[in-house]
Amino acid sequence: MIEPHEIRDRILGALPGAEVTVRDMTGTADHYEITVVSSAFGELSLVDRHRMVHAPLRDVLGGALHAISLKTLAPGE
Amino acid sequence: MARMAMDEVRKEVEENSVLIYMKGTKESPKCGFSAAAVQVLQSYGVPIKDVDILADPEKMQAVKQFSNWPTMPQIFLGGKFVGGCDIIKEMHAKGEIAPLLLKAGAQKAEATK
Repeated sequence: MIEPHEIRDRILGALPGAEVTVRDMTGTADHYEITVVSSAFGELSLVDRHRMVHAPLRDVLGGALHAISLKTLAPGE
Repeated sequence: MARMAMDEVRKEVEENSVLIYMKGTKESPKCGFSAAAVQVLQSYGVPIKDVDILADPEKMQAVKQFSNWPTMPQIFLGGKFVGGCDIIKEMHAKGEIAPLLLKAGAQKAEATK
């Protein structure tokens, strides 16, 4: 299990200034729906965008954080 | 052994134009994300090669290392890593999958069947 604010803080650490929304999908604190809006995404592909969000969660993904549903947007998308 | 699993993954990616590494099988997915990703691919009516990584933990690690991607499922089209469940769903919604399948020759494979 991992608290939503920790996920949010970690993503913000990697993508300063991003708009991060974290929703617990199952009420069990291990399946989250995460939306990240960041100007850093710009012209990047979805794979690259997701990688940027995975990076700060690497050590918990698949473990304490069982699964995420991730949406990555650049401002205005 | 790890080395062998990696070779197998490389070979599977090379030889299958529509490939999904998933939890469970096409017929019996063992995870909602895997089920959703397979469903998207199946909607195109192309032959799909599915590999159940739950049956082979060593291969799961090899796949993650190969694509530098931490989660399952993972989809490869035309030998290229495309992404996981969220990405395939988003690409499907944007109409970006059909051109990739065409490029991968997946359509043709179906027609000659």
